[in-house]
Amino acid sequence: MTIDWNHFTPWSALIGGVLIGLSAALLLLFKGRIAGISGIVGGLLQRKERGDFAWRIAFVLGLILAPIGYRAFSALPESHIDASWGVLVLAGLLVGFGTRYGSGCTSGHGVCGISRLSPRSIVATLIFMGIGFLTVFVVRHLLG
Amino acid sequence: MNIVLSFAVGLIFGLGLIISGMSDPAKVLGFLDLAGHWDPSLSFVMAGAIALGAIAFKLASRRNASLLGRPMQIPTARQIDRRLVVGSTLFGIGWGLAGICPGPAFVLLGTGATKGIVFVLALLTGMGLFEFRRRLQHSNA
Repeated sequence: MTIDWNHFTPWSALIGGVLIGLSAALLLLFKGRIAGISGIVGGLLQRKERGDFAWRIAFVLGLILAPIGYRAFSALPESHIDASWGVLVLAGLLVGFGTRYGSGCTSGHGVCGISRLSPRSIVATLIFMGIGFLTVFVVRHLLG
Repeated sequence: MNIVLSFAVGLIFGLGLIISGMSDPAKVLGFLDLAGHWDPSLSFVMAGAIALGAIAFKLASRRNASLLGRPMQIPTARQIDRRLVVGSTLFGIGWGLAGICPGPAFVLLGTGATKGIVFVLALLTGMGLFEFRRRLQHSNA
């Protein structure tokens, strides 16, 4: 392992992270809800009571419109999706099913769960991060 | 108020993802590539987010209701079961394959990238399969 100093961006990572934490803090303190993206989106697919729908849509809309809002002030940083179409679809299916089956993703388990020291979330984060490391190792260094 | 707040909170979350670089799947994969040329940025994102989150949960633990008078809905499950392990494993494989988790997926959708749109459709299909499976089990039970 070598550190990729050219791409390592500690300050913007920390500032962006604080914003993500602020968002989670606001949702928790004002609405009493956990800012877990897979849970918020997954709830839209469940037939729940009526009052539970609009806030989820509004939150997801905020996420979708974030790049447009960012663009109003500054050039949007480039993003690169290198996965092929087939791999992309498989990955999407796995992320969608897996996060719902495991009750959380990087935000719900990783950020909110670790923030409240939930043993379930700490275990979940160790697993999906460990498996993520392993998957990239297999794809890039064993098959690649 | 409720809707405006939720929208603003989603917007702040999305801006955080963009500023931190986590809406770029290549950067996320740079973090997950421990054996290669490693970009530790994602761990700094987590540290920043958890620092704020920890304060918020500390404050929330002293309250019975949110500032808008809603009940605090904090998960109470403590059991580490098969579902948690299997679900997190499947998620980890998908995350490692494309470098995209649910939050960044919706930001990528907003950039208009075709691959972002396709990923979100696949993600929603995966979540739909979970719902389908659950309803099937409920109707059998």
